[in-house]
Parts: sequence; structure tokens; C-alpha cells
Amino acid sequence: MLEAFNAVLNRDLRLAMRRRGDWVNPLVFFVIVISLFPLGVGPDTELLRQIAPGIIWVASLLATLLASETLFRADFDDGSLEQLVLSSQPLSVLVLAKVLAHWLITGLPLLFLSPLVAVVLQLQGRSIPALMASLLLGTLTLSLVAAIGAALTVGLRKGGVLLALLVLPLFIPVLIFGSSSVLAVEGGFPVQAHLSMLGALFLLSLALAPLAIAASLRIIYE
Amino acid sequence: MFQWFHRLASLKNFYRLAEIITPWLAVLCAILLAVGLYRGLVVAPTDYEQGESYRIIYVHVPSAWMSMFVYMVIAFCSAIYLVWNMKLADIVAQASAPMGAAFTFLALATGSLWGKPMWGTWWEWDARLTSELILLFLYIGYMALRGAFENSAAGAKAAAILALVGVVNIPIIHYSVEWWNTLHQPASITKFDTPSIHISMLIPLLMMALGFKLFYLVNMFSRTRSMILEREASTSWVRNRAQENNL
Repeated sequence: MLEAFNAVLNRDLRLAMRRRGDWVNPLVFFVIVISLFPLGVGPDTELLRQIAPGIIWVASLLATLLASETLFRADFDDGSLEQLVLSSQPLSVLVLAKVLAHWLITGLPLLFLSPLVAVVLQLQGRSIPALMASLLLGTLTLSLVAAIGAALTVGLRKGGVLLALLVLPLFIPVLIFGSSSVLAVEGGFPVQAHLSMLGALFLLSLALAPLAIAASLRIIYE
Repeated sequence: MFQWFHRLASLKNFYRLAEIITPWLAVLCAILLAVGLYRGLVVAPTDYEQGESYRIIYVHVPSAWMSMFVYMVIAFCSAIYLVWNMKLADIVAQASAPMGAAFTFLALATGSLWGKPMWGTWWEWDARLTSELILLFLYIGYMALRGAFENSAAGAKAAAILALVGVVNIPIIHYSVEWWNTLHQPASITKFDTPSIHISMLIPLLMMALGFKLFYLVNMFSRTRSMILEREASTSWVRNRAQENNL
């Protein structure tokens, strides 16, 4: 089972390295969305600092959503997804490997980019660790939840907007606790409670999402 | 027990059962709504703080309750459909979804109307209103996903999984929104702190709540019946029914 997990993980990572657009585009999207806000609300430093956690988190939500559309698409098109469903290994473990690979190439770079955008949006230096910690737990959860939506819509020709409709409402708790953990540090409050909640959400989605993803993928091939 | 369950699950038997009890439920529903509205809008005393405008509670609260209740029905039916592949459960879920969305919309609209005299604004990012708004999004997503599938059996399964994912998320969303709300909102704003409600106001409210529930049942039964006819159009019992009624 662990071997199968590693095999899927390695395969997906290798494929991603060769198809650069898949993971570079959501990152560029993330940066562009964030730079739109100062242009929209004006370059007022104080205002930007206040809304920065929300902006960064909403941009991460949208970037994750955008990236998750490609999660099963190529495998569905070339038939390898069907082979995964038919394989003798538990499907939920295999999809967990796929989600992890996907997070490593689309979620993790967001984490490394976040100090940069935090500086651009005038956040204080001491909130950057909290921002990164919340993004680490939060984007993992988002990837797992988004994968459910991606699995439900992969068989459809026009899945894109529908995916957003299904998944964005489910992102709301992560958004709330993610941005409030940064706001807490900005306001000089302890951040532990917010991060604990994000951790709880991550563990819950880690336990349940693979089952839902596997069930959704099985429907396609019934 | 299981035999009874099995018999009810047969679409033909359910159709006949729904046909018999729907008129009775409809009459009961009409009486409850009429008496409840009369007692709520005319007999119940004016509120000390909110004046007459509190009377919107007789529509707002029942529809908010129903919006949650219908989602639970959908999730319950979805679980039954996924486990036992029972067609009736899927039809009930499908018939309920637009009604649940309608109740949610009604709760939002009346909440907004109530907000104007209470908060002085049409929309306040109050925890309960925000949760209702997200619930509306969940309903819309559920219906959109089902509609997007050309193969209706696959669409039904996908929608059922989404309903179960949603039902796990509803309490999380609800409490996180509540938390968010207390974090960001200054406490000075008027809050509906489940105040103790006088019995003369409570009884019409409960009558309205029951009336709404029956209204849902009546409509759900009739929607379910037409969906059963649609799906079973090629079976002999539907043809016989059509001939009996000279259709």
C-alpha cells in the first residue's frame, strides 16, 4: 500500500515537473490577484495593512481552486484514472497520494511566496510566521476539499464554474480561521487557538476527504 | 420492519400512499397556516421593544428552520440512496432541493426586511444571516451538480455525495461563522439573543412552524409523485393509471 502511494506520488511529481504551466500559472494568478487590490482600493498603507490577511487568504483560495481543476483532468483524459480506480490498492490511499503531490506543486509554492506578498501589502514582520503556519495547514485542507469537487466534476465537459460553485462555500471555515490568525498577531493577540482550529480542520479533512474523493471517482466508471 | 420498508420503497406503493394522504395534509396545512397567521399578525400582542415589525418572525423563523430541516432530509435520503440504492430516496432528495433553496431564500429575504427596522440596514453580516446565505450556496451547488450530468443516475450519485459532504460541513461553517462574527463585530449592535418569548407569541409561531412543515410535505409529495410518473413512464402500472384517467 505504501509502495503504491509512493509510486503515484512520484509519478505525479515527475509529470508536474514536465508540464510547467500547471503549477506556474496558479502562482502567477495568485500574485496578480494580490497586486490588483492596491490598484482597486488605492495605495493607502494603513488600509492595505488592515485588509492584507483577507486579501492573501482569498487569493490563496482562488489559486487553490484554479489549480485543483487540473488535478484529475489529464488522468481522466488519457485513461490512467480508470486504471487507478480498477487497481487492487485502496483507492482512497491512491487519491491521497495524488492530492499530496498536487499540494506539493501548487500549495507549497504559495507558502514560499507569502512573505513576499505580505511585505508588499505592508504586513508587520512578526505576522509572517503566523501567515505561513496558517497557510501550511490551510492550503492542505483546501487541497483536500477542492479534490472532492474536482472528482465530482471531472467527468463533466464544463466543470470549471461548477467546481467553484461546489467548493468555495466549503472553503469558508478555512478562510475565517486563516485570516483571523494573521489578524490576531497583527492585533497583538495569541494565535494558538486559530492555528489549533486550522489543524483540526486539516485532520478532519484528511480523515474524510479521501473517502469522498474515492467514492466520487467510482461514480464516473460505474 | 424490513418488509414494510421494502414495500414503501416501491415507487408504485409510495405513489398510492402519497396520493391518499396529500389532500388531508393539505387541508391541515391550510388550517394551521390560516389560524397561525391570524393569531400571529392580529391576536398576538405588540412587542415592547420592536413594535409591530417583530411579526415578521412568523415567516422568518419557520422558513429558517425549514431551510435546515430540508437539508437534513436531503442528506438523510442521500445516505439511504448511496447505501441501499433506493430510488425513492433519490427522488425525495431531488424533489426537496428546490424547496429547501426556496425556504432559505425566504429566510434571507425576510431577515433582510426585518433588519431594516432593527439594524437600520438591509443587510447586516450577522452570524445567522451569513450562515443562511452559505446554506443557499450549498443548495445551489447541489442542484447545479445534479443538473450538469447528462446521465441522471451518475448525477444522482454525485449529488448524494455532495449532500453528505455538505452536511458534515454545515456545523463547521455555522460555528466558524459565529466565531468570526463575535470576533469582528462590536457588541453594541442589537443582537437577537434568543430572548424568552411570551406564550401568546410562541403558540402562533409553533403553529406556523408546523404549517410550514406540512406545506413542505404536501409539495414534496406532489413533486415526488410527478417525478415517479416521469421515471416510470414505461412501466405497466403507470400506463394503466393513464388509461384509467383517460389521459
